[in-house]
Amino acid sequence: MNILEVKGLEVIRNAMKVLTVEHLAVAEKETLALIGPNGAGKSTLLLVLSRLLKQQAGTILYRGQDVSTLGDLAYRRKIGLVLQDPLLLDGSVFDNVASGLCFRRVPKAEIHQRVDDWLEKLGIRHLRNRASRALSGGEAQRVSLARAFVLDPDLLLLDEPFTALDTPTRLRLLEDFRLLVRQSGVTVIFVTHDQNEALLLGDRIGVMMAGRLAQVDQPEIVFNAPASAEVAEFVGVETIIPARVIHQAEGMVIADTGTFQVEVVGDCRVGQDVYICIRPEDVTLLLDSDGSSSARNRLEGVIIRTTPQGPLERVVVDCGCPIVALITRASATQMKLQTGTRVRASFKASSVHLVGR
Amino acid sequence: MEMIWQGITEAIRLLFSGDPEVMEITLLSLRISGLATMISLLIGMPSGTLLALGKFPTRKFWMSLVNTGMALPPVVVGLVVSIFLWRSGPLGSLRLMYTPTAIIIAQTIIAAPVVTGLTAAALQQLDPRLEQQLLGLGATRWQVIWALWREARLPLLAALMAGFGSVISEVGASMMVGGNLRHYTRVLTTAIVLENSKGEFAIALALSFILLLLAYLVNLLLTWVQQRKPQG
Repeated sequence: MNILEVKGLEVIRNAMKVLTVEHLAVAEKETLALIGPNGAGKSTLLLVLSRLLKQQAGTILYRGQDVSTLGDLAYRRKIGLVLQDPLLLDGSVFDNVASGLCFRRVPKAEIHQRVDDWLEKLGIRHLRNRASRALSGGEAQRVSLARAFVLDPDLLLLDEPFTALDTPTRLRLLEDFRLLVRQSGVTVIFVTHDQNEALLLGDRIGVMMAGRLAQVDQPEIVFNAPASAEVAEFVGVETIIPARVIHQAEGMVIADTGTFQVEVVGDCRVGQDVYICIRPEDVTLLLDSDGSSSARNRLEGVIIRTTPQGPLERVVVDCGCPIVALITRASATQMKLQTGTRVRASFKASSVHLVGR
Repeated sequence: MEMIWQGITEAIRLLFSGDPEVMEITLLSLRISGLATMISLLIGMPSGTLLALGKFPTRKFWMSLVNTGMALPPVVVGLVVSIFLWRSGPLGSLRLMYTPTAIIIAQTIIAAPVVTGLTAAALQQLDPRLEQQLLGLGATRWQVIWALWREARLPLLAALMAGFGSVISEVGASMMVGGNLRHYTRVLTTAIVLENSKGEFAIALALSFILLLLAYLVNLLLTWVQQRKPQG
């Protein structure tokens, strides 16, 4: 059953449509990660879903009931909201975690028991009496999460809660958060611009582009079969080349870029204008002297740029059109890859994804 | 220099001798300015909150009006209140002219914009997303306002101090609408003016020191409340 459903949602600001969501349904106990570039409307959507921003058109259904008939306060008391900054109140950790329960006038004994329970689960029991102003960023965000979880919400809305944290703190908190979401069975809508967070937490991923939900699907589909060139670009597809389908037979398609042809596993009609999308990690580089590859697509070219990218090396090969590959630093060193080196870029037909133009 | 020293010793003598007239004037000053500040607080805190958190088209206009009101000259307030309370004025039938109530009205008009403006400023300096976060935690509108007031308590107490400071020290309005009547509307500032005009500089200075001491003690109390560390 859907806990939340959005239909025909429109938000207009300064006579400009900043958010349009035709349809979005979130199932019970599901975690939906919303990703997208800055200004895509992710946070706006979250504010609308928490009834902190009113839409100009459309309906939000909570368990099938229009939230406007349910009442803002009644609806908000069924959800939990965590923003990017913890926004803790001046007071102790206990006071902060208890604040939502106090607003609901929960009996004191129950408040103590529930707060202590969640402080324990988030590993911050020892901070119970510490002033909120004396917490580190990671501790403050744990308090913020405890403050939301303690309300036992049906739906948890989070707006980039881990963005401001350093990497080790973020990774620890992400792992703890994932476990708590699983244990509590809460439904989560989670805004992030970090694709790794989305992959780690999301049962489904929604990609927002320019105020629209460009794609909502399972993570592997979003990342391997993006719905459009702009989604592909956002989810890390670095080679996006315009082409035309010139042949199609038995589940195989040949697309012509004008300078080379690419074989693709798929189903497109001949004559269709498409974009060829290839993820950089799916491209293998071979030197001319190396043996042949089993991949169907092999393009000869010259390296025009190499850039270190963490433990990997990002290599751009000019094969008539630029093809981007990600290889390990060790391989790059072993193959002595540098600008001007002639290589063959190979990739499987099943690694190529076509999107319509 | 000798006059100042005389003033100080006279002030100490008046304070410790428990001069009934000085005590009466001091207590009346405290009562009138205290009440005016409290009424200003009742008007200024909700108005300032509305200006800070409200979203209505004329908000900026009202804000500029309040900011202008923060520099309202007491004599102008005294004049306007006099016109209204004068026997032939619109509120003349209430017979409030030359009464402590008239001074309270005038002082409230002086202090209310100060409290309103500083309340608005205090709330506006909070993170605007805090209101969203509180609503997101299931707070009612009143619970949000209470939590924001609590969060801004330091600048709000500063607003209270500024409001009290603006009225305990004003003389123009008190003189005009109170009339400086002995045993009835004479407050510290109007008494100082009177003693000064009589050439009784030592007594005027003594009353000034008492006024300063009073202002200091009230602000000391408020500062102590303001600077207390939060519990927990």
